[in-house]
Parts: sequence; structure tokens; C-alpha cells
Amino acid sequence: MDTIGEGRGAVELRRPSALQWSMRGLYIIWLREFKRFWRDKPRRIGGFAQPILYLALLGVGMQSAFKVFGGGDVPYIKFMFPGIVGLTVLFTAVFSAISIIWDREFGFLKEVLVSPVPRSSVALGKIIGGSTTALIQGAIFLALAFTPWVYGFSLSTLWKVLAVLPLIVLMALSLTSLGVAVAARMTSMEGFPIVMNFLLMPLFFLSGAFFPLQGLPGWMDFLTKIDPLTYGVDALRGIMLRGLDLGTSATSSLSQFMAWFKDPQIYQIGMSKGYPDPAALASLSQRAALPGQAHPLWLDVLVMLGFGAFLFALALWQFNRAE
Amino acid sequence: MDGFAVEVEGLVKKFGDLVAVDGVSFAVDRGEIFGFLGPNGAGKTTTINMLCTLLAPTAGKARVDGYDVQSQKNEVRRSIGLVFQDPSLDDRLTANENLDFHAVIYAVPPSEREKRKRELLEMVDLLDRAEDLVITFSGGMKRRLEIARGLLHYPKVLFLDEPTIGLDPQTRQYIWEYIEDLKKREDTTIFLTTHYMEEAEHCDRIAIIDHGKIIAMDTSENLKNMVGGDIIRMKTDDDARAEEELRSRYDVNILEDRDCLCFEVDRGDEFIPQLIRDLGVRIQSISLHRPTLDDVFLKLTGREIREEGADELEIMRRTVRVRPPFAR
Repeated sequence: MDTIGEGRGAVELRRPSALQWSMRGLYIIWLREFKRFWRDKPRRIGGFAQPILYLALLGVGMQSAFKVFGGGDVPYIKFMFPGIVGLTVLFTAVFSAISIIWDREFGFLKEVLVSPVPRSSVALGKIIGGSTTALIQGAIFLALAFTPWVYGFSLSTLWKVLAVLPLIVLMALSLTSLGVAVAARMTSMEGFPIVMNFLLMPLFFLSGAFFPLQGLPGWMDFLTKIDPLTYGVDALRGIMLRGLDLGTSATSSLSQFMAWFKDPQIYQIGMSKGYPDPAALASLSQRAALPGQAHPLWLDVLVMLGFGAFLFALALWQFNRAE
Repeated sequence: MDGFAVEVEGLVKKFGDLVAVDGVSFAVDRGEIFGFLGPNGAGKTTTINMLCTLLAPTAGKARVDGYDVQSQKNEVRRSIGLVFQDPSLDDRLTANENLDFHAVIYAVPPSEREKRKRELLEMVDLLDRAEDLVITFSGGMKRRLEIARGLLHYPKVLFLDEPTIGLDPQTRQYIWEYIEDLKKREDTTIFLTTHYMEEAEHCDRIAIIDHGKIIAMDTSENLKNMVGGDIIRMKTDDDARAEEELRSRYDVNILEDRDCLCFEVDRGDEFIPQLIRDLGVRIQSISLHRPTLDDVFLKLTGREIREEGADELEIMRRTVRVRPPFAR
């Protein structure tokens, strides 16, 4: 055996620790996702144009309809805007995961999978990368909140937008995880959008982004309550319409929620048997035909956190299983 | 650092009913260039995929750089470099960014990074294209970049799956010079698969693989000797007399051939000058055919190595590509 090797020792004095491998991998995979997104101009423009279409066409159309049927004091566009923010984040986040299938098809995934970087940090890099693009898209769209047609250019709008950003980050992370979990073991580029649309459409329509979740038939009411996106949209809407209020709802909110979960109709009128809830009565006056927020903010955030953690774990698990 | 660079015992991989690799055993010394030669679908790529932890073996054991490919995946992954048969670059990144990506995930020290990138890009003649997106590269350029990338972290064992497929002879030459240089400098072990005879000639040892089994394993010289000696074809003014003379004087075995004299000798290059000097008949033409690895394969399997049947992966890829790629 020929051993002239002289360069070897000098180069590998320091073996990076396991954590360093992970962080490095995570960083470079995130950077790559971001670069790819940034260089893809049609994707940036398309991602921005689509929600505007919804807002301009559906928003204006529905606003007229709600005027006819009595929409209360909240104009439909203001009601719908947070829902479209949610939609933007939802679709950008989930579909960013298609890059995994893309990478598998074009071989790049192999380069990553045979590298010493742990699988979990590959998945994490993908999740954070996808979330970043979703956050950017969401934030760009959020800027429209300042236009006079939506909330207007004011300091209070600015605070609302800032308060909403962390929620968007949370939503983006959990929804990208959902995308990664599905994409991790999928090999068909055509199948992914079909499966995702099948999954996302109900998730989205039941979330209350376009219409208020009131007076629905029982089965649908139940579905809206188990739809995790409901809580995300609810939190966004609550903040955008009323601003951040943490104090008022914190105390009696759990009992309120239980009552609401049993029978939302009665709760909303504040007339449940033996339950003359002053908080409900007080909030009744705030509730117009287009309500601001159905659940307390802490509950919304809690549900989103739980949902996010579950999807996150699922994504890592699925990705680790992929060969 | 002792033991073998690659050690494989009874390795088996089944895909359903298909036995892609059927009980393969071999060992590769450190610093050796070891080649897997065989037709497409013989199980070369499947073997590589198992050795580099991309596929779990159905049965058998394999160790790379002393680490078990199943229980010590991470250690194996740190020791190896890979150049895949099919492209694995990110074509939306520049050549430089692809190399940077690789350097980071393989923890190439930042102080070394620029120097190595330059050196390798120069070798594959892509230095002036370093800042261009890979999507603008031709197939050959991508391949070259991929080889540069596989060498970037100075792996202890470098796996090359059909490394120079589709490259021009000059680049092939460059790449082989670099690989041999790297082997000397860094004591890198090289494991390659190929169905090119010329490429197999660079190997210290060759394993000939067919239908998932190793049917012969030795140096290229010894393998060729297995086939027999060199074959000389000759035309003379009087073939009958020449034949008589050859039989009586050199005791050669004349092979059947209608229009010329054809016979086998051990060392044709030494035999021809002697023949020209001594033969009483005027020679019109003479040619020497040294056995190639092709002949070895032919003798062992009764088939030419270039009878190409697409492997499973290739068939799959074709079916996928029939539909236009999904565009967003």
C-alpha cells in the first residue's frame, strides 16, 4: 500500500461536533431554499398577485353581497383580509415543500442524504427555508393593510401588523411541516399538488377565512372546530380587527370556551340555561354580523402551537423514514 | 489506519423478486483503485448505493473505512465521497454555490475552501464559468462540476459511478490524472463502476460483475491472461507454406480463419519481430490483437459487455420523464 499522504493530518485537525454538523447543514439548506425562491421571479410575483386577485375580485364582490344581506359594522374586506393573509401563508408554506420532490426527481436530494449532515437537520432546514418564503409572501401582502381600502395608513395598523407577524411565523412553520411530512415520502411531482389541494381546500374553507362561522349546520360547525386553521385565522382576525387584547379575555375564557364548544348559538346570545354570563353579554354588543374573534387569543395560540408541534414531529419522522 | 478501505461479505439486495446483487464479496485495499466492470443492470449501482448508505442491504455485511454501513451510517458518510451516475447538482445555483454547499455540509475548513475550489474548477476547466448558473451548463460541464464536487472534501474512499460517461477524451484524461494524483497525495481509495474498457484499465484491480455476481476479480493483466495469449493475423505470399513452417518451427496452434493465417501466441509483441526475421515466406500484412477486457467478459459470459439492457432505475426514470415536468 502506497502511503505518501502528507496533506491529510493538517486538514482534519478539528472534527466538528454533532451539533455543529447539524447547524451547518441547517444553515446551508435554508440558504439554498431562500436563494432558489429569490431567484424565481415568477414565483415571487405570482405568490403576491394571487391574494390580490382574491381580495380585489372576491372581496369587492362579497362586500356588495353582504351589504344587501346586512353585514353589520365590519366591512367585508376588513373581515376577509386576515383570512387572505392566512391563505397566502398556507399555500406558500405548504407548496414550498414540493422542492423536496423536485430535489428527489433531479437527484440533488441524494447529495444531501449521503452527506454527514443528520436527516433531521435537513428536514429542519427545509421547514425553516419554506417558512421564510411564506413569511416573506405573507409580509408583503400584509403591507396592503396600510391602504385606505383595508385598514388605512395609521399607527394602529402598524401595531396590528407587528403583532400579527409572530403568528404568521408560527403558522408558516406548522404548515411547512405539513408539506414536508407529505412530500418526504412522495415521488410524484404531479401527485403532490393534487393531494395537497385535496387536503388544503377543506382546511381552508372551513377555517372561516371567507365567511363567518355562524349558524352553520351541526356537522359543519363540528368540522370548523377541529380545523386547526380556524384558530389561526381567528387569531389573525382578532388582532387585525380589534388590536391585541390579552387582558380582558384571559380570566373567564376557559369556561367561556367550554360553553361555546357545547353550544355556540346559545353562548353567542348569552342565554344558556343557568348561565347568564356577563362576559358573553358584554361581548354580545361587540359582535356584529361579521364577528371579530370567536375564541380567546390564548386558546388560538395554544391550538396553533399544539398543531405545529404535532406536524413538526410528523415531518421529522417522515423525513427520517425516507430512503 | 489498518484494515481494508472497503470490505464486503455476502452482500445481497433484492427488490421484490428481482435479485439485483447476489451475494457479493470482496475487499479493497487502502489507496487502491478498484473497478466494478459489467453491463448495465449488473448490480453495480445498487452495490454502490449500499456501500454509501443510501440503500439497506437485504443480507450480508459491508464495511467502509472500517465502519459498518448499517450501524455506523454517519461515520461512513463522513469518510466517503460520491460521484453519482445521474446528475445531482442544483441547477438553480451557480457552480460556485454548488461547491460551497458541498464544502459546508462536509465541513471543509473555511481556510482551505477557496484554494480547493479553485484547484478543482481549474482541473475540470470551469474556472471561468464559476459564477454561472448550472442550468446554463451542457451535460459534459455538469458532469465535470460534479466530479470536482465529489473531490472537494478529500474523501478517504471515493465512489465514482460511471464517472466519465459522456465526457470528451481530453477531459477524461485530465480527470484521471487528477484522480491518480489525489490517490498519491491523499492516499484516497477509489471505487468505480464502469462499462468502459478503457476506464477499467486505470484500475489496480477489477471485479467483473454480471447478473449481480462477481464472476472474476484480478488485475487487468491477469484477467487478460485468462483469455489466452495474443492473436496474430497474417497474410503471406504462400499461406500454406507459412502455416507449415509455423507449425513445425514454433509449435503454434493455427485457428480457423478463411482468408488469413490466424494464431495465438503468448507474447505477440516479441513474437512478430522474430517471425519477420525468420519466416521463409514474404509477409504481406500482419496484425496483433491483444485481448481486451471485452474478450474476458465475452469468454466468461458468452456475451459482449456492450449489450445494453436498461436497468430498473433507468426504466423508471424514462416512464417518469415521459410526462412534462410539473411547472409552477
